[in-house]
Amino acid sequence: MDNVIRRRTPGARVARLALYAVLLLAALFYLLPLAVMLITSVKPLDEISAGSLLALPQSPTLAPWAKAWGEACTGMRCEGVGGYFWNSFAIVIPAVLISTVVGALNGYALTKWRFKGSELLFALMLFGCFIPFQVVLLPMAQTLGWLGLSSSRAGLILVHVIFGIAFTTLFFRNFYVAIPTELVSAAKLDGAGFFRIFWRILLPVSAPIIVVSVIWQFTQIWNDFLFGVAFSAHDTQPVTVALNNLVNTSTGVREYNVDMAAAMIAALPTLVVYVLAGKYFVRGLTAGSVKG
Amino acid sequence: MSALEIHEVRKDFGNERVLKDVSLAIESGEFLILVGPSGCGKSTLMNAIAGLEPVTDGQILIADRDVTWLTPAERDIAMVFQSYALYPSMTVRQNICFGLEMRKVPKDERDAAVERVADLLQITALLDRKPSQLSGGQRQRVAMGRALAREPAVYLFDEPLSNLDAKLRVDMRTEIKKLHQRLGTTIVYVTHDQIEAMTLADRIAVMRDGHILQLGTPDEVYNDPVDIFVAGFMGSPSMNFITTTLEGQAGDYLVRIETSNEEALVLPWPASRETPAMAGQVGRSVILGLRPEHFSEEDVRLSEQAEGTLLEAQVSVVEPTGADILLRLPLGEGEVTARVGPKCEVTPGERLSLRVDMGRAVLFDAESQQRLA
Repeated sequence: MDNVIRRRTPGARVARLALYAVLLLAALFYLLPLAVMLITSVKPLDEISAGSLLALPQSPTLAPWAKAWGEACTGMRCEGVGGYFWNSFAIVIPAVLISTVVGALNGYALTKWRFKGSELLFALMLFGCFIPFQVVLLPMAQTLGWLGLSSSRAGLILVHVIFGIAFTTLFFRNFYVAIPTELVSAAKLDGAGFFRIFWRILLPVSAPIIVVSVIWQFTQIWNDFLFGVAFSAHDTQPVTVALNNLVNTSTGVREYNVDMAAAMIAALPTLVVYVLAGKYFVRGLTAGSVKG
Repeated sequence: MSALEIHEVRKDFGNERVLKDVSLAIESGEFLILVGPSGCGKSTLMNAIAGLEPVTDGQILIADRDVTWLTPAERDIAMVFQSYALYPSMTVRQNICFGLEMRKVPKDERDAAVERVADLLQITALLDRKPSQLSGGQRQRVAMGRALAREPAVYLFDEPLSNLDAKLRVDMRTEIKKLHQRLGTTIVYVTHDQIEAMTLADRIAVMRDGHILQLGTPDEVYNDPVDIFVAGFMGSPSMNFITTTLEGQAGDYLVRIETSNEEALVLPWPASRETPAMAGQVGRSVILGLRPEHFSEEDVRLSEQAEGTLLEAQVSVVEPTGADILLRLPLGEGEVTARVGPKCEVTPGERLSLRVDMGRAVLFDAESQQRLA
């Protein structure tokens, strides 16, 4: 039921059907690449070269997945993308946590402890959301060099944290601005200080926006290729870079099934995160926009 | 001992002076109400007392201790907010305890305080609920409970009843009054509702544009206003202001009300309410202030001394309120409101004789708006 008043004339029915048909087609169109990837990743190589792209596998196999994980060649080494997969986690988890915590504190300070110029500072931080990655590659490389963090995992984490703070600050600032400042005044009168008010009053109601921040940052950092390829050494490369190397390594026959399996492996974590927490994501993005 | 003293407090926001040398002092156990239209500075003054905003200049003393530059927590005050400001993630019990916990009060004392407060406000059954599970009136009680748990020197109430519906507001008003009578606490209470101010206060401070215009008991502020603003702000329906001309001489003053289509109405000014300031205004235009209840039907007897002056006018609107009837009738250049008994049978357009109790009338300077007599 859509709660719209309309007469159910035959013409209206036809229009409705046409509408659903268009939507269904659009959905299929978007799902098709994923379907092709999944199907291809479980087909033996001879079926791929013989059959059509969309044909279901005759003798499904998980061998391409195993190869992609543990044996496929990424450049000079042939150890699969498995190690790089864990590399990505080692980069993403600290980067997500640090940028979320800093963003939360920024948002809290910018809304509940306003100071002269706090609005200007926020506007300048917002600017960070619009800086293209390419622009900062060289200065960032220089800075990491000065800090002694070139080609290190810590350096890459630092870059992701800095880039992420603009977004996480925006999220938390817009969430906290809707929380009545009287709450903070009351806690001040009760004798709580800056961090205790944050910890005891603000943080317990921040779950929706924490979810938004974590999903957003996780997806951004996990999917990053440019910083990964520019600022990491070979053994700390994230899975996106490994995937690129795997697909571009040309020795003998091109193993499309292995490529597809590796791509699926690289894409799975963000999909899982969204499926698990997606409904909180939407809820958090719209929190405060509607009174209720 | 003064529970709270404010000396020439000034507050600027940028170039705008929101508080202009405000001074006042209240005794321990006194109930002071700050009242005024929005933007008059009453909430700013409240925040200054609470320490939520620093003052530009001046001094604030709580229990004879200079707190001007102390943090809110160090001031020995508790506050009830307009939005209640209950911590959403905590239960009622935790809300009431929070201030004690922050002050490192031992657990058993905290429990005792919760019990005492819950008992006092009849919220024992709600102690384990979250604020979102409470009605507006219950939230209001919890907010008061949180303030009462700590027993500070001064309680601040910032428009605590304005988010409640009309009936509940009247009930809670009575409860606050009862609480104050029972506990003898010192309260500073901000409101824009002049009825709340009249019913609750020991003293009222009427504010406007960052000044305290008048500080006095409800009776003084209502019957003895210092200027037209205070006179018009207090009382509902508000006081009628009639432009008149002052005539006569000391001992025999008259106010003349010119009317366009009828002959002028001349009312004698009672000798007992003469002031020296009137002498300089003879022959000039002055403003006569009459409250709706200063009119009455012809056959109603007034206070002993004043016989009251009769006037006759054509009633334009009749508004029965149940307890009494409000009449609108032309007088001078405008219309005035008169309050008569509920039995008065009158229809719009009818002419009616009314008695005016000049013994309670007030007179203002037309230019300075200040009180003359």
